[in-house]
Amino acid sequence: MNPAMNSALNSGMAPVATPWFFYVLAALAVASGLAVITRRNAVHSALALIVTLLSVAGLYLMLYAPFVAGVQIIVYAGGIMVLFLFVIMLVNIERSSKERQFNRMWPVGLAAACALMALFVSAIAKGNKLLFPDRGITLPEGSNTQEIANMLYGEAGKMGQYTFAFEIASLLLLVAILGAVIMTKKKI
Amino acid sequence: MLNSLMSYFGSTVTPGQAGNQLWALIYVLIIFTGVSVAVMAMNWLERKALAHFQIRLGPMRVGPHGLLQPIADALKLMLKEDIIPAEADQFVFWVAPLIGLLAAFTVYTVIPFGPSQAVSDMNIGILFMLGVSSLGVLGIVVAGWASNSHYPLIGALRSSAQMVSYEVAMGLVVVSAILMTSLHGIGMYGVTGNGDTGTLSMIGIVQAQQEQHIWFIFKFFPLGLIAFVIFAIAMVAETNRAPFDMAEAESELTAGFHTEYSGLRWSLFMLAEYAAMIAVSAIAVTLWLGGWMRPFPNLLNAPVWEFIFSLFPGLTFVGLAAIAFIGAARMPAHSFFKIQRIGLAVFAAALGFIALVLLLIAVAGRSADTSVAARFREGIDYVYWFVFKVAVFMYLFIWYRATWPRYRFDQLMRIGWKVMLPISLGVLVLTAIVGVIFS
Repeated sequence: MNPAMNSALNSGMAPVATPWFFYVLAALAVASGLAVITRRNAVHSALALIVTLLSVAGLYLMLYAPFVAGVQIIVYAGGIMVLFLFVIMLVNIERSSKERQFNRMWPVGLAAACALMALFVSAIAKGNKLLFPDRGITLPEGSNTQEIANMLYGEAGKMGQYTFAFEIASLLLLVAILGAVIMTKKKI
Repeated sequence: MLNSLMSYFGSTVTPGQAGNQLWALIYVLIIFTGVSVAVMAMNWLERKALAHFQIRLGPMRVGPHGLLQPIADALKLMLKEDIIPAEADQFVFWVAPLIGLLAAFTVYTVIPFGPSQAVSDMNIGILFMLGVSSLGVLGIVVAGWASNSHYPLIGALRSSAQMVSYEVAMGLVVVSAILMTSLHGIGMYGVTGNGDTGTLSMIGIVQAQQEQHIWFIFKFFPLGLIAFVIFAIAMVAETNRAPFDMAEAESELTAGFHTEYSGLRWSLFMLAEYAAMIAVSAIAVTLWLGGWMRPFPNLLNAPVWEFIFSLFPGLTFVGLAAIAFIGAARMPAHSFFKIQRIGLAVFAAALGFIALVLLLIAVAGRSADTSVAARFREGIDYVYWFVFKVAVFMYLFIWYRATWPRYRFDQLMRIGWKVMLPISLGVLVLTAIVGVIFS
């Protein structure tokens, strides 16, 4: 890290990540999340979901986890949602939006959401110093990606304790990809 | 106000790192204006160059040699009726061009025009650029769907399939370049410091090339070059330009995804396309062609060489002014061309004035100290070399369009998945292996 940047940080310049940003991003995430489940038009829902995912990426940035934010944008907003839209576009929206909702699962969903909300509220109400750190963590923003790399692939025993779990997860993804190819292609 | 403006001059980091929001805003405005002007210039150059490729004259009527044509076009597009088809999805139709434009312009926050000439230096720079530029496809897909018409929908499906496929090869070769940032060795096959970490920051990537005394296009000789070529092909496909412009193949799909768009909204798509072209070229320049570095910054590092290379920006403008002067002198003598001749001469004089200012700055800031003139001179040099390299790519885009016929869609997909993807995977694995062997 270069000295000028340190001096800029030490001279008491206010960080850009203010609570205001958090409230805006959180409100955006909640509002667009509501739009996802209330819109009847599937494309509108998908667009709202993209806004949700992007605002969550913004929240990751505020938590000084830029790598996770970047991956969130690439994988979810840029990759998965494009494929979503790709499929939804081929569905006849007009007919499907007029059809009545045939499953009756919404009370269960509401109950689950309320239970989760209650858990969060009780955690905040009962929370003490053990639950929440009383101060922000020192920002490893400048080397966030490098830290993740060290965690995953660093020396075994010291830092790279997640190599095995990571490789297992990637193997699972590979199996899923092969499965998808085999299911769609009759003759390979 | 003035104090806080001047306070940034001594700093050697980007305004984003220094937390200087005022300068960040100024940089954003400069970049936005610069890119918009560059798009207009590119528009003119493309029509002119394409015409000359085909032995035509191209735009000649509006202004001398059609120089005012982009301005006339912009005015026309702004005044044209903005039609939204009755059966279209109004809101999505309205928002689609904005998505494309936002994605194209957001990436400019991390493009390093120089070590401190960027809005911000993100730890995840290249990841951010790839991610946000991949959001641009959303604008195209959504525009095609919202038009509620067949050609746009087919164009949107084609472009999304194409962009998703080429992104894979593109991402893999970018990883191979990022891998090279962790090597720390000097020269073509130099590797030292086993177990060091690399960087994703755009500025960090250029600094790694400076430290290794080599552009990554020459690192591990054939490997860097192959990776660069793969990226150069994939970026043409990624921006939907000829010969990969399946999304807007006019002989098949009228105008593809933007068939139903008109007026200002259509021009936003054009602006987004050209801005995205500049952005991907900037990635290529940053990753493989040494970013803002002038040629041979380490080999020819004597002050006299530094001075000679710092004359280049001024000399470029001298050349442009000379071309404009010759154009004015060669105007037909008929009185009908009098205004055009005067206009071109004034334009040439303006270019000459810019050249004079740049040469003066180069002379005034020739000493490598921390004076304002020296910092100005440095900054102009960095931005000049970066923009020069990007401009070469912009010309290549036009050249491709004039030279190659359009691919068929199945050929496009076959090249993407069966040729580019295996090669880029091979380059990535070989780069890692060579890096381990030579350490």
